[in-house]
Amino acid sequence: MKDTVDNDLITRPDANSGRVIKSKKDPEAVSTTKRLKRSHRQIKAENIFRRTLTVVGWATVVLVAGIFVTLVLQSILSIKTSGFGYLWGKTWDPVRDIFGVYPFLLGTLLTSFLALFISIPFSFAVAIFLGEYFPKGWVPNLLKNTVELIAAVPSVIYGFWGLAVLVPIVRSFESKIGAEPIGLGIFTSSLILAVMIIPYAASLGRSMIQMVPSNLKEAAYSLGATRWEVIRSVILPYTRSGLFAGIMLSLGRALGETMAVTMVIGNTSLIPKSIFSPGNTMASVIANEFTEADHPVYLSALIELGLVLFVVTVVINMIGKQLIKGVTTN
Amino acid sequence: MSVHVKYRIGKSRVFQGLTILLSVACVVPLLFILVYIIQAGITKINWHFLTNLPKPVGESGGGIANALLGSIIIIALASVIAIPFGILCGIYLSENKKSKLAYWSRLCVDILQGVPSIVIGIVAYFWLVKPTGSFSALSGSVALAIMMLPIVVRSTEETLLLLPDSLKEAAYALGMPFHRVILKVILPCGISGILSGVMLSIARITGETAPLLFTAFGNPYLSTNILKPMQSLPLLIFNYATSPYNDWHDLAWGASCILLIWVLTLNIITKLITRKWKVQL
Repeated sequence: MKDTVDNDLITRPDANSGRVIKSKKDPEAVSTTKRLKRSHRQIKAENIFRRTLTVVGWATVVLVAGIFVTLVLQSILSIKTSGFGYLWGKTWDPVRDIFGVYPFLLGTLLTSFLALFISIPFSFAVAIFLGEYFPKGWVPNLLKNTVELIAAVPSVIYGFWGLAVLVPIVRSFESKIGAEPIGLGIFTSSLILAVMIIPYAASLGRSMIQMVPSNLKEAAYSLGATRWEVIRSVILPYTRSGLFAGIMLSLGRALGETMAVTMVIGNTSLIPKSIFSPGNTMASVIANEFTEADHPVYLSALIELGLVLFVVTVVINMIGKQLIKGVTTN
Repeated sequence: MSVHVKYRIGKSRVFQGLTILLSVACVVPLLFILVYIIQAGITKINWHFLTNLPKPVGESGGGIANALLGSIIIIALASVIAIPFGILCGIYLSENKKSKLAYWSRLCVDILQGVPSIVIGIVAYFWLVKPTGSFSALSGSVALAIMMLPIVVRSTEETLLLLPDSLKEAAYALGMPFHRVILKVILPCGISGILSGVMLSIARITGETAPLLFTAFGNPYLSTNILKPMQSLPLLIFNYATSPYNDWHDLAWGASCILLIWVLTLNIITKLITRKWKVQL
């Protein structure tokens, strides 16, 4: 270390220019070959560093490709045995080697969209609250941070809380409306998921709403529009694709969420009859049955489920990111 | 004022009220969860709880020492893998904004961010558990490292992009080689932004359960061998919360409380750091 410090000082213009250079060694004392050696070493180190960076850049690409290839390779067996019936088959019976994932597809879609449906009013309200009504001050700041903390709570804790608190509440609700009082089921998981995905659409929506040019809003106000009319006919149309991107990101989260759902959905492989009946999502089946899968086709069928999940969430996230990019570059 | 105008203003007021009401309602479930978990868990936590192993079914008492230690080991290992890698990747992305590889690399980091954690668990199972023939803490760490990576990369990249170019140019003008400009000038300047990303990623993986289900697997005994199954906090919570025994539920509440406090503390510290840096993560 000390060596290189000296080097820096020495390679500066010499003492003839009148400047005082604090160097322990006399600059003239360092021979040219030594100096050349040093700069050679520096260049070498620089090249190694640049190469390392490029390798790391490649490594991320290889990592993602590796994940995809692993999933595809491991699910080939299942694709061969089940074919296209896999996605539409209505029975999942590992004992008889029948693998149809329709119940899980339905379960995933039901929980995710129901959760989305419940959470959207809340996340949009937060987005409008923070983006338009109260962009500054400590109360909105507190609200913003608290909403972001919702995303920080581990999903297993949501699951445990749901199991202990929400399930009994839903059970008594179900017995009131005459459904089978199980408590565990698609409805309960949707409620938990709805809470978990609020922050994603909310924080994106907030930043999108803040990006609306103020002259547009002012023009509307000067025409005599009320606050609601400005939001309705200026802000919302302007941020439409940004808000939609937020919904997509939330949906991606909801589809892939595993633990909280696994704990409260009830875990049956039957086709859910109503939103109150227990079911299973793609992620929860994998979580429950992966370590129990005792023969190759069973395991492969579960991995194919993972592959489907991977592809679907990647596509949805990419649509969301593309929309965001479109909005922010304009 | 005409009735029509009054109606419009009223409508606007109603909407504003509704927005405020719904926004505040968002906070309610979080508060419920916080209060409930802390109430249920805080009474279980004492020295005995932190330093003892879980008791078998039927015996009350016991602790979560194995899960605490396991969590620490698994997270430390994941950090050792992901942090240098992630920071280097972030540097690459911020230094080569327009190159083709940077485009693909950025895309892959985006993809990684959205991959469901359970899928990463499956992949880690096939990369490490199956070849070695045993569930292991190491495979869990690799799975968690993959989950950490996108957050570290993004925060590094965004932080470095915020730094003024003149900083780098000044260092170059002094004749510093590229690697020293980055390591000695750019990184120290952006360190707090990068650190906040690192802390956020640690907070996130501490609570991840799904990737550990078929990698670290869980272990009722104290274990420090990273090539063998190991318990961790979220795994313990999942296993004990879904069990029918009350004693185990008590352990799970205590563990949830510790996990929650840890995650929230990390997040709040990160918020305080990023407020200075205005990094969007």
